[in-house]
Amino acid sequence: MEFAELIKTPRVDGVVLRRPFLPTVEGTLCLTGHHLILSSRQDNTEELWLLHANIDAIEKRFVGSLGTIIVKCKDLRVIQLDIPGMEECLNIASSIEVLSTLDSVSLMYPLFYRPMFQVIEDGWKSFLPEDAFKDLESMTEEWRLSDVNKDYSVCSSYPPLVAVPKDVDDDTLRKAAAFRHGGRFPVLSYYHKKNGMVMMRSGQPLTGTNGRRCKEDEKLINATLRAGKRGYIIDTRTVSVAQQAKARGGGFESEANYPQWRRIHKAIERSSILQESLIKLVEACNDQSHSMDRWLSKLEASNWQTHVKEILTTACLAAQCIDREGASVLVHGTEGTDSTLQVTSLAQIILDPACRTIQGFQALVEREWLQAGHPFQQRCSQSAYSNSKPRCEAPVFLLFLDCVWQILRQFPCSFQFSQHFLVLLFEHTYASQFGTFMGNSASERSKLNLSQKTVSLWSWVNRPQEVERLSNPLYEANCLVIWPSVAPQSLLLWEGVFLRWKRSSRCLDEAYDEMVHIIQYNKELQNKVNNLRRQLGAGEQED
Amino acid sequence: MEHIRTPKVEQVRLLDRFSNKSASGTLHLTATHLIFVESNADAAQEIWILHHHIGSVEKLSLTTSGCPLVIQCRNFRVVHFVVQRERDCHDIYSSLLRLLRPVSYEELYAFSYNPKQNEQQREEGWQLIDLGAEFERMGVPCDQWQLTDVNRNYKICETYPRDLYVPITASKPIIVGSSKFRSKGRFPVLTYFYQEKKAAVCRCSQPLSGFSARCLEDESMLQAISKANHNSRFVYVMDTRPKLNAMANRAAGKGYENEDNYSNIRFQFVGIENIHVMRTSLQKLLEVVGTRSLSVNDYLLGLESSGWLRHVKAVLDAAIFLTKAVTVEGASVLVHCSDGWDRTAQVCSLGALLMDPYYRTINGFMVLIEKDWISFGHKFADRCDQLDGDPKEVSPVFTQFLECVWQLTEQFPQAFEFNEWLLLQIHEHVHSCQYGNFLANNQRQREELQLKDRTHSLWAFLLSEGQNYLNPAFCHTYAETHPVLEPSTLPCHLKFWRNMYHQFDRSMHPRQSVLKNVLTLKESNRQLEDTIMKLEAVSTLLTTEAWHQPPHPRPPEEAKKCCSDTERTVEGSSGSERKESYGDLQGTYGAKVEPAVVSLEFGVARMTC
Repeated sequence: MEFAELIKTPRVDGVVLRRPFLPTVEGTLCLTGHHLILSSRQDNTEELWLLHANIDAIEKRFVGSLGTIIVKCKDLRVIQLDIPGMEECLNIASSIEVLSTLDSVSLMYPLFYRPMFQVIEDGWKSFLPEDAFKDLESMTEEWRLSDVNKDYSVCSSYPPLVAVPKDVDDDTLRKAAAFRHGGRFPVLSYYHKKNGMVMMRSGQPLTGTNGRRCKEDEKLINATLRAGKRGYIIDTRTVSVAQQAKARGGGFESEANYPQWRRIHKAIERSSILQESLIKLVEACNDQSHSMDRWLSKLEASNWQTHVKEILTTACLAAQCIDREGASVLVHGTEGTDSTLQVTSLAQIILDPACRTIQGFQALVEREWLQAGHPFQQRCSQSAYSNSKPRCEAPVFLLFLDCVWQILRQFPCSFQFSQHFLVLLFEHTYASQFGTFMGNSASERSKLNLSQKTVSLWSWVNRPQEVERLSNPLYEANCLVIWPSVAPQSLLLWEGVFLRWKRSSRCLDEAYDEMVHIIQYNKELQNKVNNLRRQLGAGEQED
Repeated sequence: MEHIRTPKVEQVRLLDRFSNKSASGTLHLTATHLIFVESNADAAQEIWILHHHIGSVEKLSLTTSGCPLVIQCRNFRVVHFVVQRERDCHDIYSSLLRLLRPVSYEELYAFSYNPKQNEQQREEGWQLIDLGAEFERMGVPCDQWQLTDVNRNYKICETYPRDLYVPITASKPIIVGSSKFRSKGRFPVLTYFYQEKKAAVCRCSQPLSGFSARCLEDESMLQAISKANHNSRFVYVMDTRPKLNAMANRAAGKGYENEDNYSNIRFQFVGIENIHVMRTSLQKLLEVVGTRSLSVNDYLLGLESSGWLRHVKAVLDAAIFLTKAVTVEGASVLVHCSDGWDRTAQVCSLGALLMDPYYRTINGFMVLIEKDWISFGHKFADRCDQLDGDPKEVSPVFTQFLECVWQLTEQFPQAFEFNEWLLLQIHEHVHSCQYGNFLANNQRQREELQLKDRTHSLWAFLLSEGQNYLNPAFCHTYAETHPVLEPSTLPCHLKFWRNMYHQFDRSMHPRQSVLKNVLTLKESNRQLEDTIMKLEAVSTLLTTEAWHQPPHPRPPEEAKKCCSDTERTVEGSSGSERKESYGDLQGTYGAKVEPAVVSLEFGVARMTC
């Protein structure tokens, strides 16, 4: 298929663009295979380059022969195009509709994108499991790297290499995999250096209604316990949801078969409910009525903040088990690819200072989301405006980012990155020129040969100027465990994403710049003082 | 003091409001404070509670561990003690009941508070703010507005200040006539003059119009206000009450201006609710946010049903209306409510804050409060319950004003010279009765109490530690680029003020404060600049004197010291807090009692944000 076939009208003159915070621009609208471009062809007006993949929904309106297309983007921005001529408008609209919903992976933009910047470090090679394991090896000898999944045959959503207890052989892993949803047998997620406790994750056990058990699975997770110690299983579902799962072949670890484990159920919602929540939240944020009561009740009805609280609470619980109780933890929900990852990754942010650096956070996303098999492509193909029936879409990763932002707000000096980094990740999971978030698992990415055919987002992010932009000027390495408050009064609506297009952030940005200036000035002064001292000291010695 | 039955009780437990944490210690009762001293030697915290801050004391029924005593403070601190013996608990309870209900002003802390200050400093403190100079700054008196001496002896209106500004065409008979036609004699007077357009903001109380009464002098008064402004043919009359309330007042012989009788006015209701609604609303809000293990849904529904943010929005909307009328249309505006000392004070002062950058500085903000709240007779004694009075007169009107200001500081981070701590500190002392500024209900009462001779001024204290209240993001040129602020009152832009209503619930606050950090850095920058100057001086000295004799000059000692001071402290969570906060694990393991980390300095709000 050629893009040209889909583009009925490639260009229209005299189109007026209205977008938040920027002056209205009149110019020529061009459609290309991947972009919607509007250019006034004047030097000092900003052009619009919008990826079709970023378009979530469009609306058409006509007044006489003047057509208007409202473009609603996945990053939640809404722009308006006034197009003279009904036919042109209809053509443009239908082209955008088709181009923005292309299913074929082979037509995706990252496969066509050629970087305009110099790749200093290839992001595809920045976070290899082998390297991560080297760190682990330096801390403990109880774990090994298994390539049981090297051809993705044991678990299609796992990477080829996973860390497992040293005493458990690959055969046991295969049998345990058969007992876990999606073949997701328990693997190491995090090793807590301070006390040697670990966090593992998996899919639900397939106990079914008649309480099937699997000795190998029991052996596998018991192998992680120290003698006489008990561990915790955190099931991200409520007891009743977990019970219901039995009817579909799933289930949970029974006390009888897992006597050394104490099970705790939490209530993180499933993905379809989260998607609905996002849609309602965005609707509330875009509501133009000015009544306070209506806003608060809509915000409440969206349940978004409830989800944030629930996820954070569960992550804190997992971290607490490890750090305070000195116990190992196994986390799972149903598939083990959504709520499980929210919990394991947030717990690491709380526990491990390394995850709060720019590199460390990328490594975390790579390890706990990309390698761990979160189906990004399915979850992020539609955002809050789409009219099409949702399939597997869910803002699971966005909720994770929101939770990170909440912790960042509460510990503003403990993260090396600012919220810009989180917003950037949100944008790129939904539409990107980079291949990082394409596909649903390591196996899909490897089949598409993305590391050869596309550029990694990390290659872009890890350039010095981008690192600089994403850095938090207040950062001071904090080696402590950081416990966030999960009280509703402490949780805020993430304005940087949800109210981003409602009000210009200029005031806040300028205030932020002023703060950066104060910090930089302080460094300059310190240097100057040190230099003067040195000079004086030298002078004295000469005497 | 005769009211104190038991000055000291040992083995008292202090329970945390939101977790299962507790601390044990000793409770002391002094003439001015209730003090809790934790017995844990390592992290001994002290809590000092001024009697005037205590809003209510409640003795709950006896439990196995002792007798619970719950104290709610006006600065939103809530403490929950458990006293072992019921008799001790009862003694403290009844002593407090008496102590927190002073019957005369002389009993208030301000009359005994004695900081290390000499008489001259004390007097200077009271001279910091000069309202006459403030009107001069606005450009008044001028060819259209003059100072009148009609109220020199508080004869015309005892709740107004002595010095009042009126249009030059308003003769004494007009003033007297108008004052007789207004509730409590509060006739229209100038409170702010927008020099650029010669537009005036005037304030008064409701007219005694009933269903049909009119008063020619009052009509002339409004006419005079209108005439004093050549930019507009009419004057806005803003009745800040909901229309229904204003109409109901007519039955009592009060009411609002009839547009038919007043030429050239544009009458407008803006619908801010009365003091009783506000009191109930805040009570409801505090109840909701004081709930243990509150869910997000209950929190948001509670925010909604309390109506508090709706009221905040209404007050801000009114101020914006006023500002637009004055700055955009160049029209003069007369603002009133019923008595003209609650909603009127809120709207006039917030309007001025939006119009005039001066009020966004620390000094200017003090002047604003002094002018629109203190001098124009906001009834601080009644509203803040300084003396044992009518509970129906108590209302958080001033708190609400401070919150509106806070909402503005959040929206315009560069526009204000001061930070949130100033607002919290002012709130603290409006209720502490430690300084004379806010005592009593009006200037006349204050003069009778000779406050300026017998008490200290809060403003002097605040200015003495002014560096704590600086907003590091304040931009001096912002006033030129944005003389008038245009805030958004979209509901999603108004937020719950956690640092006010949960001021003492440290577990809810961010663990690291950007403000504190940046303020420290700014202070460090100042010291470093100093050091550099000294070092450079030494260095020049060295080069010039090197020829004569080497005196071995050393860098100044203090310079060394301040350099080590500049190291920033990063507050992580101590690793000992937040135990048991996430449920589920409670009771499973022998939970160790963790010390709370709150402490309060003498009469000063502990600022965290």
